[in-house]
Amino acid sequence: MSATGQNRQPATLVIACGALAKEIVEIIRANAWEHVRIQCLPAELHNRPERIPGAVRSKIHDARGIFDRIFVAYADCGTGGLLDTVLEEEGVERLPGAHCYEFFAGSDRFRELAEAEPGTFYLTDFLTRHFDRLVIEGLGLDRHPELASEYFGNYRRLVYLAQSNDPALEARAREAAKTLGLEFESRSTGYGELEHSLVNFTNRQVEVAAPAARRS
Amino acid sequence: MADDELLDEGEDIDLGALPDDELVQQIHDDLYDGLREEIEEGTRILLDRGWGPKKVLDEALVEGMRIVGIDFRDGILFVPEVLLAANAMKGGMAILRPLLVETGAPSIGKMVIGTVKGDIHDIGKNLVGMMMEGAGFEVIDLGINNPVEKYLEALEQHKPDILGMSALLTTTMPYMKVVIDTMVEKGIRDDYIVLVGGAPLNEEFARAVGADAYCRDAAVAVETAQNFMKRRHNIRAAQA
Repeated sequence: MSATGQNRQPATLVIACGALAKEIVEIIRANAWEHVRIQCLPAELHNRPERIPGAVRSKIHDARGIFDRIFVAYADCGTGGLLDTVLEEEGVERLPGAHCYEFFAGSDRFRELAEAEPGTFYLTDFLTRHFDRLVIEGLGLDRHPELASEYFGNYRRLVYLAQSNDPALEARAREAAKTLGLEFESRSTGYGELEHSLVNFTNRQVEVAAPAARRS
Repeated sequence: MADDELLDEGEDIDLGALPDDELVQQIHDDLYDGLREEIEEGTRILLDRGWGPKKVLDEALVEGMRIVGIDFRDGILFVPEVLLAANAMKGGMAILRPLLVETGAPSIGKMVIGTVKGDIHDIGKNLVGMMMEGAGFEVIDLGINNPVEKYLEALEQHKPDILGMSALLTTTMPYMKVVIDTMVEKGIRDDYIVLVGGAPLNEEFARAVGADAYCRDAAVAVETAQNFMKRRHNIRAAQA
């Protein structure tokens, strides 16, 4: 960065769902983006998606004046368009698609999966790592296994969308499918649109105001 | 909840020994705790004491679930607890259902409900169906993954007052517009009250797709349905 603050990389904040933290940190490291920071909201907000828009807006407001650019690493995530309303008002972009399954797999590929079998339960790397806490304990199946048919009675298969190439993680996903009584399938996705979107956003050329002007 | 003066922790309560008001309170607590066998026992005791099935339904079961619904809305209870409470209520309703039919009381209205095409989620829909039945509605449940043809067939066959559609996915909820637009094309939209619900929905969406109302949970669905039915009856009475 020059002494006057010109030609410096814009200080960039990625406001992300906690479920994406590991992947985003790896993307930041792999691209040596020293000007990019990540702040996360709890992944548990997905249980109350109506709370996501307000929580994201609050983070955006906290970041103004500190960061030059803000990106929101959420998809629609069950907010039914309400997150988009907030982001339009705030002038902030987000990841494409309805949810992480779609942006990891890619829209076309995800649509094919969903159309082939609507009764598909999806796991990502994050959900597989935390399956016991989020799914078994979160749904009360540890205390009340009899509820499994209510939650999963309409599902036919579990598809593990793998961001990493980790045989141990795939084995855990396979075990999760067995626990839920579902057929197991695996698809390798890599970081998919998560990486493409972050790279496109970060590489977009923007003018950054000199520090004095920015703070006024 | 155990009365600390009478019981040691973990001791079973003798439901039969409780007077009516305490028994009803205990049923509310047992419903809250998802204790199906206790609910079935409490239901039978009240019936044996001469309570009518509607009184047991309204004061013991529906009122108990109302409390569950409030605490779920406030984030005190979560989905597993609500499901257990609902299962407990189903136990009581299974006992009451044939008795309610025997009383010959007419239903308040009729509802066809189903999850839309491409969507297999039904927990919310099932709760709505149960609470609507508890409120005196006849409910025809189409299940999950319903294309427009199935909804239309059900409307034609059952001639309900209300069509209820549920979706849990942002990607499937737009299908509600397909169903409603088809009803408009066929000139039958105004014959039915259309209520929609599901986690990603909101009032703006309901307006945009042409539904009559968005219902954010089962309790709101019942209240909304009751209000619309009252309005319908008033309009019909005025036109008569």
